[in-house]
Amino acid sequence: MDNANTDVIQGTLDMLILKTLSIEPMHGFGIARRVEQISRGVFKVNPGSLLTALQRLERAGWLDAAWRQTENSRRAKFYSLTRSGGKQLEIETADWARRASAIARLLKAEG
Amino acid sequence: MSLWRQLTRGLRVLRHREAADQDVADELQDYLEQATAAWEESGLSPDEARRAARLEFGNSTVIREQVRSYGWEGLLETLAADLRYAARQLLDNPGFALVGILTLALGIGASTAIFSAVNPVLFQPLPYPAAGRLMMIQEMRSHGSPRRPTFGTFLGLAESSHAFDAMAVMKPWQPAMIGNDQPERFEGQRVSAAYFRTLGVFPSLGRDFQAPDDQPQSPNVVVLSDRLWRRRFNGDITIPGKQVMLDDNLFTVIGVMPASFENVPAPAAELWAPLQYNPSLPAEGREWGHHLRMVGRLHLGVSAIQAGNELNAILRPFAQMHAKGYECCGGAPGGMVVTRLQDEITRGVKPALVAILGAVVLVLLIACVNVTNLLLARSTRRRSEFALRAALGAGQRRLIRQLPSESLLLAVIGGILGMVIAQIGVRTLIALSPPGLPRTGAIGVDGTVFAFGLGITSLVGLMVGLAPALRASHSDPHNALQQNSRTTAGGHQLTRRVLVVFEIALALVLLVGAGLLLRSLEHLFAIDPGFDSTHLLTMQVQESGRRFNDDSVRARFFTQALEAVRQVPGVTAAAFTSQLPLSEDFAVYNMEIASHLNDESEGLLQYAVSPGYFDTMRIPLRAGRLLDEHDHAGRPTAVLISESFTKRKFPSQNPIGQRVRIGAGVGHADRPWATIVGVVGDVKQTSLAVSASDAFYTTTTQWDWVDTAQSLVVRTRGDAAAQASAIRKAIWSVDKDQPIVRVATMDNLLAKSQAERHFALVLFEAFGLVALVLAAVGLYGVLSGSVNERMREIGVRAALGASRRDILVLILRQGMTLTGIGVAIGLGGALAASQAIISMLYGISRFDPVTYCGVVALLAGVSGIACWVPAWRAARIDPSITFRAG
Repeated sequence: MDNANTDVIQGTLDMLILKTLSIEPMHGFGIARRVEQISRGVFKVNPGSLLTALQRLERAGWLDAAWRQTENSRRAKFYSLTRSGGKQLEIETADWARRASAIARLLKAEG
Repeated sequence: MSLWRQLTRGLRVLRHREAADQDVADELQDYLEQATAAWEESGLSPDEARRAARLEFGNSTVIREQVRSYGWEGLLETLAADLRYAARQLLDNPGFALVGILTLALGIGASTAIFSAVNPVLFQPLPYPAAGRLMMIQEMRSHGSPRRPTFGTFLGLAESSHAFDAMAVMKPWQPAMIGNDQPERFEGQRVSAAYFRTLGVFPSLGRDFQAPDDQPQSPNVVVLSDRLWRRRFNGDITIPGKQVMLDDNLFTVIGVMPASFENVPAPAAELWAPLQYNPSLPAEGREWGHHLRMVGRLHLGVSAIQAGNELNAILRPFAQMHAKGYECCGGAPGGMVVTRLQDEITRGVKPALVAILGAVVLVLLIACVNVTNLLLARSTRRRSEFALRAALGAGQRRLIRQLPSESLLLAVIGGILGMVIAQIGVRTLIALSPPGLPRTGAIGVDGTVFAFGLGITSLVGLMVGLAPALRASHSDPHNALQQNSRTTAGGHQLTRRVLVVFEIALALVLLVGAGLLLRSLEHLFAIDPGFDSTHLLTMQVQESGRRFNDDSVRARFFTQALEAVRQVPGVTAAAFTSQLPLSEDFAVYNMEIASHLNDESEGLLQYAVSPGYFDTMRIPLRAGRLLDEHDHAGRPTAVLISESFTKRKFPSQNPIGQRVRIGAGVGHADRPWATIVGVVGDVKQTSLAVSASDAFYTTTTQWDWVDTAQSLVVRTRGDAAAQASAIRKAIWSVDKDQPIVRVATMDNLLAKSQAERHFALVLFEAFGLVALVLAAVGLYGVLSGSVNERMREIGVRAALGASRRDILVLILRQGMTLTGIGVAIGLGGALAASQAIISMLYGISRFDPVTYCGVVALLAGVSGIACWVPAWRAARIDPSITFRAG
């Protein structure tokens, strides 16, 4: 196993969850899987953090949760984005873009 | 809304905790299964896949706890768990819990009760709008002492003053209402028209007094208190305009004051009528008598000093203009004094209340120290438990939170119990309160006071919890586990010893206060009042109505009443006097002595008595003869004087046969002389502590007039109080319309005259006792803790040949050293603190050695007992057992 850092960048987990769920409703494992796949293994989501975050986002009213059947006919807790969750995603995305470009500029700057 | 969602979801979780937990568990399980399935898909065997999934997942219990404890309901549950644990701990240590809770309850209860009683008197403004602007206005004699203002002064000032928005004068008034049943005497006031306007309160029904009501010869009008209106008139709302009969005169009711109105200047007053003095100020009239009290409402922004200056400026020309009026009654005032009404009203009781407040703060302090000590001792004993819990993975923050939650629980239970004690205490305080305590009606455990109580409770809880918690968090679990029970006395013992020393010092301060008050009261009650107070019943008979406008008719009634009373079985003697000793009333007149030219004796107490008075009171005759039936109107006036006055005025002469003028005759050469016929013993009139004993006596009929109110003194064979109703009936058999008030035994009056000191003493004694017990408990706790910790050491000593006596002395010495240091500090504190009660002391210095020695002996004795038990236990330690246990 290589020792590359796969931790999700601090403070971005909420945004990653919201983004993932903006595509389609999904259960916890699905979210973790999707984040890992799309980031091509750069980020691995810790299940404890993920489930706590899901509970927090649901409480905040950005997600709805319901038990449903999966495609392979198992019961799983599915999370879906609410309208205010969508708004929150826009805010966080814009914020992230602003900060990322600032960091990129700083790193590019030459002494 | 997310806040709403937070609340409802949280509540749902709390209500269905198990379902919520199941939900979390299901989700985790599901996650794990999907992860396993995913690993299997990537080609691992089922077993390998499961292991890989678990490895990736981590500790599922921790995750479940993490998810579960999310949100406010999680915090709440942790807190509840803490409290449950704390409650279990307290139940497992009932001795500790009981002592702690009782200590706190006593401290909190006592301080809340005292604060409740003191709050309306010392801290709350008077119950009037802008009460800070209400002033008491007094005349100042030329040599500076204050005296009551005259109506003339009031009128002169009120007409020209701009510093005051309103001013008013008042005097007591006790009209009787004669009906079908027993005549009832009311407490009331005669007031000038602006009285209620000055206070800033207006009738809730009907109208206020207007200037025309206050003119002489105006129709009689009266305003009722809400209480009287409800009691006597069943709250009849059509009462304004109706007429009532008071003292044989018809009065029209014009208004009723609101129920919330508190008449602070005369709390017992239930009705008010206009003063109706003559505004043209005739020179020889009552308008120039110094018998009124004056209040004023300052204009906004004017200070008391500015107002006083303005009044003085008005007074000077006014006094010159009315020199003749002032002349009759002691001359024109030297100036006016303006003081806050609140200060005037609380002046008498303030020193006692402040001292009591100080005492209760000490009690609360001792209670806190004691509980801190208890918790410290406990945290020492629980060190290994905490170490074990830390080793098992309890977070440090979680551990620190445990201790305050325990002491907070202790404080809350103590606080609730304390509130119960406060409720009972406030009721007891009102029952015990001296008659001079103003605003007793306003005393109650109200919101402010409850907040105060709750405030101290939580503060005490947090403070008390902090010390052991800090200690617990500092200790290293490894060390603590290793040391286990082998700890030797260390730093924490020092803290506890310091606290015990502090407790002993505080207890000593309180006990010295109680001791000084006790000794003062002993001194006071040892004073001879000048008469025999046992088996003596007193009451005031107030003749009422116009039938008695003639002095001789009035005198005949009193003579007949006396005859009737003497016929009552069990009565051995009875007499009337115009002034009853120790009744708070007195009359003062001057005397002119023929042999002392141009030397008028001022301020003698005056008594007009029926001839049997001296025998009834058992006032001893020192020289000459007593007054008898032959000294009646029309005969030369016979005068008795008191012993101390004789010694002062006739040191070498025989007083008998000296010619004097008294009362209205003083200074009038045309009036006849009276003759001194005898000398009687001194009598305490106003209070046991006051020794103004210059006095003269005449018979009732030989005095200038017959007072409308006479005090009856009756000496009885058995219990004096039991005769009261028979005596009352005897008087009513002469005239059924005469109100009888102030029925009391002389012994009661004697006790009441010291009510303030007695009140303070009872409280100091109670607090002193509590402090003593708490200090003893604290000392006992520290010493037994110390014995427990030194068990091994003591065992070694015993094994090496120390006798039981040696060990007993060792522990006793340790305890008595602490007591000694505490006493030394406490003595210093008591010497300083006794200044606070100096005004309540009588006959002893505040450094009274007897008190100090007695208190130190008491404290040493109680400490000795508290030390003896642990010392005795230590002496019986069997060395072999301690070695095996170690």
